[in-house]
Amino acid sequence: MLTQHTDKRYEEDLKKLREDILYMGGLVEDQIQKAVSSLVDRDSNMAATIIERDKEVNTLDVEIDELCIQLLALHQPAARDLRFITTALKITTDLERIGDMAVNICERALELNAEPQLKPYIDIPRMARISQRMIHESLDAFVREDTNLALKVCKDDQEVDDLNSQVFRETVSFMIEDPHTINRAMKISFISKYLERIADHATNIAEMVVFMVKGKSIRHLKELPQSI
Amino acid sequence: MVATMTLPSEPIIQVRDLDFYYGTVRALKSVNVDIPGKQATAFIGPSGCGKTTLLRCLNRMNDLVSNVSIKGSVKLDGRDIYDAGTDVIDLRRRVGMIFQKWNPFPKSIYENVVYGLRIVGINNRSRLDEVVENNLKRAALWDEVKDNLHKSASDLSGGQQQRLCIARALAVEPEVLLMDEPCSALDPISTAKIEELIHELKHTFTIVIVTHNMQQAARVSDVTAFFYLGELIEFGETGRIFTNPEKRQTEDYITGRFG
Repeated sequence: MLTQHTDKRYEEDLKKLREDILYMGGLVEDQIQKAVSSLVDRDSNMAATIIERDKEVNTLDVEIDELCIQLLALHQPAARDLRFITTALKITTDLERIGDMAVNICERALELNAEPQLKPYIDIPRMARISQRMIHESLDAFVREDTNLALKVCKDDQEVDDLNSQVFRETVSFMIEDPHTINRAMKISFISKYLERIADHATNIAEMVVFMVKGKSIRHLKELPQSI
Repeated sequence: MVATMTLPSEPIIQVRDLDFYYGTVRALKSVNVDIPGKQATAFIGPSGCGKTTLLRCLNRMNDLVSNVSIKGSVKLDGRDIYDAGTDVIDLRRRVGMIFQKWNPFPKSIYENVVYGLRIVGINNRSRLDEVVENNLKRAALWDEVKDNLHKSASDLSGGQQQRLCIARALAVEPEVLLMDEPCSALDPISTAKIEELIHELKHTFTIVIVTHNMQQAARVSDVTAFFYLGELIEFGETGRIFTNPEKRQTEDYITGRFG
């Protein structure tokens, strides 16, 4: 670890920023898990609660942004600190979007729960578990400055993409067979797409972690580097 | 350690294995650095790191300090300025210096600017008028003083006096301008004017600036050298030094982790 800043208040603010991001990350992980449970367990009350709780995610987004702007204005951070703060700014945006996706999942769950279940949900909870793990690991990588873990998260994204394609094929086959299922099949397909987007946001976070630690960008590359 | 970075231009000054002692205290330890021509180079580092000592070695200002010794070489355009045959007066014309505390002569604005020319016997009125106008313009002071050229320099504000000193240094057509904390006693507006001026001047001159203000180093320089305890720790393109330094000591210093 680096030595502490001579300016203690600066050090405290940076610590608070790190803690706030972790808290926000924990909250959105829980949002996804409960959003998918509200679908799988057909628990519409839970869905409503999760939609309501998104306000907390939004508040954190604003608060963390403010803290970052204040740190930039008051301390003119450089090097590692500058990369940490700019990374934090981007991470909160991704986390906030993930929170919105959890709300979208709940909205579709409320609609789907009002109708008979089309099919057992197998791949959707699996996608939720992987994307939740990806968020968790990307934030772990953020805190531990672990680029190998960040790279793993980037690689895991493929798994979620594959599951999304699978759900898409499956729901299309329902629709072809019986047009009465189109409404429900499309909504399931949407949820799958939301989870695929969540995994993309987790990947963004992981990519930013690599930038934060190494000072070089691995975003928008055709292929992931094998090591950093 | 010889800095291996690719310079943005050909070096005009090459410092090799430079050791500097105040009595028995070794203030510079085998410093190797190339100063790129027509660029702004910043020397940063905590007090006592040797940055001002090195700056003063570049035009032999340290010759004026007693009980010092120096080893190694400083080449200006390929010739060692510490060679016995060096004309030190001419060297200081070619490598001018601006100090932390402005020091205009107790003369008029006009006479301050032409001082360097008068002492070498140039007294042609129209030539001097031209030099005054050109250099006060170069120093971004002309518009503020053009109607009062014969007023005393000491009536100017601090920031104006510092720009007058820059005009005086430029009037003898130096190749390099050394600036030792040129803004540390100035308010933010005067500081901004000097910084703006550095951006302009580096198209014509090579600038080397010592500053404790890291944001200033980041703003005005193209390359930055970080010194610590008499050693050159890291030398590189300023944008990289301030976003992604290679050395831990540089990182600690520019992020405010001291001692």
